[in-house]
Amino acid sequence: MSILATLPGKLAQGVYVLLMNICGLVMEPLQRLIGVRRMPYLFLLPNLLIFGIFILFPMALNLYFATTSGTALFPQDRPFVGTENFERLYACQDFFNPATCQEDRFWRAVHNTIVFIAFQLAGMILIALTTALVLNRKIVARGFFRSVYFYPVLLSPVVVALIWKWILQRDGLLNALLVGLGLEPVQFLLSGTWAMAWIIIISIWAEMGFYTLILLAGLQSIPAELYDAGAVDGTNGAQRFRHITMPLLMPTMMVVLVLALIRSVQQFDKVFVLTGGGPGTATFLLVQYIYSTGFATQIPRFGMAAAASVTLGAVLLIATIIQLRLGRSSERHLA
Amino acid sequence: MKPKFITALLTLVLLTNAALAQVVLRMTWYDDGQEGVVMRELLDRFEATNPDIAIIMDTVPFAAGILQSLPLQLAAGQGPDLARIVDLGGLSQYLLDLRPHLSDPDYWEANFGPFLDWMRPEGSNAIPGFMTQLTVSAPFINRTLFDQAGIAVPEGPTTWEEWAEVAQQVAEATGTPHAMVMDRSGHRLAGPAISQGAAFFDAEGHPKLDDEGMRAMLQLMIDWHADGLMNPDVWIGAAGQYVAGNLPFINAQVVLYMSGSWQVGQFTNLIGDAFDWEVVPNPCGPAACTGMPGGAGLVGIAATRHPAEVARVMEFLVQEEVLAEFYGRTLFIPGHLGLAEAGIDFQTDLESAKQALNVFASQVPLIHPTAYALQGYRFNRVIFDNLRDRLTQVFVGELTLDQALERMQADIDEQIREAGQ
Repeated sequence: MSILATLPGKLAQGVYVLLMNICGLVMEPLQRLIGVRRMPYLFLLPNLLIFGIFILFPMALNLYFATTSGTALFPQDRPFVGTENFERLYACQDFFNPATCQEDRFWRAVHNTIVFIAFQLAGMILIALTTALVLNRKIVARGFFRSVYFYPVLLSPVVVALIWKWILQRDGLLNALLVGLGLEPVQFLLSGTWAMAWIIIISIWAEMGFYTLILLAGLQSIPAELYDAGAVDGTNGAQRFRHITMPLLMPTMMVVLVLALIRSVQQFDKVFVLTGGGPGTATFLLVQYIYSTGFATQIPRFGMAAAASVTLGAVLLIATIIQLRLGRSSERHLA
Repeated sequence: MKPKFITALLTLVLLTNAALAQVVLRMTWYDDGQEGVVMRELLDRFEATNPDIAIIMDTVPFAAGILQSLPLQLAAGQGPDLARIVDLGGLSQYLLDLRPHLSDPDYWEANFGPFLDWMRPEGSNAIPGFMTQLTVSAPFINRTLFDQAGIAVPEGPTTWEEWAEVAQQVAEATGTPHAMVMDRSGHRLAGPAISQGAAFFDAEGHPKLDDEGMRAMLQLMIDWHADGLMNPDVWIGAAGQYVAGNLPFINAQVVLYMSGSWQVGQFTNLIGDAFDWEVVPNPCGPAACTGMPGGAGLVGIAATRHPAEVARVMEFLVQEEVLAEFYGRTLFIPGHLGLAEAGIDFQTDLESAKQALNVFASQVPLIHPTAYALQGYRFNRVIFDNLRDRLTQVFVGELTLDQALERMQADIDEQIREAGQ
């Protein structure tokens, strides 16, 4: 018996028909008015409005702020200064030596962010891929391990940072362990090199579960027949990985790369709680520069913060386009 | 049934009207100790006799809530009706002038006059609020550690160098991890710097940091961190923000802690008599033996839609008996001249707390004029924050002292230029 033949089914159908008729009362005259070809735009309008109000408008506002100065919050009260903020931001005798730059803290943040992205992205992709490959095999307690690796993703970044702070601080758990083993304690958060290393390790630990999951889905979408055919042709594991797994995983890998890159550039919360950007400016990243310049000083420099933010956005856009182009060319090559 | 129904309906209408007629005021607050509890009790008393006004206290973290979020809210024309703030000069443009709504503005002028200048825009006679506390910075010491080490606490005028030496001896004798700690704050550093001769301003009154006095104090800080005298977690282990050094002191991990009078209430509650703690007079330098004055004020916010009601709450709170109770229970130095003169009955039996309050009171006459000028300067946080952060870069080897001083000055000049001053 069809579910529609039952009483609740009939009721549901009645409600549905009623709702559609009400919609029809509005949509039919609209369709006559604007024509059927323009109707899709009407359906896209609510989403576009939200996107416009919460994404495009703030972006335009940010661009405007980057060309103004002063401490006023409202755009109409801010004097226009053209490219002055950008000129100040890029005024540098030697870009490899932040001490020679007018906005030295911006360039220290740029240097730190580049180091962070390079190591974090490479480490993240490598570990997430390895983990996904292992979890894709028929190992004991596979479901348990999949959950375990994903678990840190569910934690709030502040919680992650606090947990690790208790572990890493001068009299924290890790140093207690080292002392217990008869070793000298290490100033993990008071040394610039150690602090940078730890924020990279912690962010990989906290985020790799998400990328592992995406890569695992990509691995599972590769037809098993290809591996069977490869085995029949006498290929070994490494050859199958290179000639079957990697090419077919590349589109997924590109998605992971773009997402991980954007997330990596956006790093703020965990680092802010764990080190505050210190010691000195050793872990001071770009987003923190924007935050501290625009919001954490008595005299906020919204213009300078906006200029840095525009710069960051432009760099991200270029990096994403390059990655997508590379991804497409590899797909074409595969085809 | 009918009379009961009508009675119930009437009650409902009356209650609804009362609720609709009630003005709800929001007060942004932060706590150093337990003063929020005391303030809430006082407000409950006010509400009991003024049922048309309800006050909601929003207690926020000091750095994130008071120093960072509140100024942005105020700049956007938003924010609470009342707030407890420390950046009195910097926020003066957003504060409500209570004067038109006060029944006796002369009482305010007479009792809060000198402090009103800290919170009113230049050239104005506005009455924005009152001081919930006056503060003075000075060092706390752990006397129990001195006793255990068998080392006498220095008495009489003592220099910072001498204090550092004796604190180090005590730390070594007692196995205490570090001799000293100072709040990660330019304000806390400013007193010792002025004692060393730092002038902070040039002849035109513009901030100028690089002089012999400033260099002498910064060099001391650099040496103390390099030699391990200072607890590194507070200054080196943080960046870009204020960090209190109270936890190592509470846990008896340091001998000397440079902070201020606002810690007394907290130490009374958290340390109590677990060990003997006390306050010592500010160490001396060639120019002075000064700490920094300061304080927090409860102010009305200009954007409020209920200025008259805000003024009523304020008038209740500034009554002598109410304020005396507030200062007495919170162990805060009074910011009310009449009460300061009459004396406050501080409600504690703890000898350490009584001694601390007496020493802090004795430090007020020693405050150097430069310290008052710096505290009253509208953009003092720009000076304090840049001093703090650039100095930390020297500690970790990112800058030399010369470079740091150059950067501090450039940062301050740029930010003041941005403010259009």
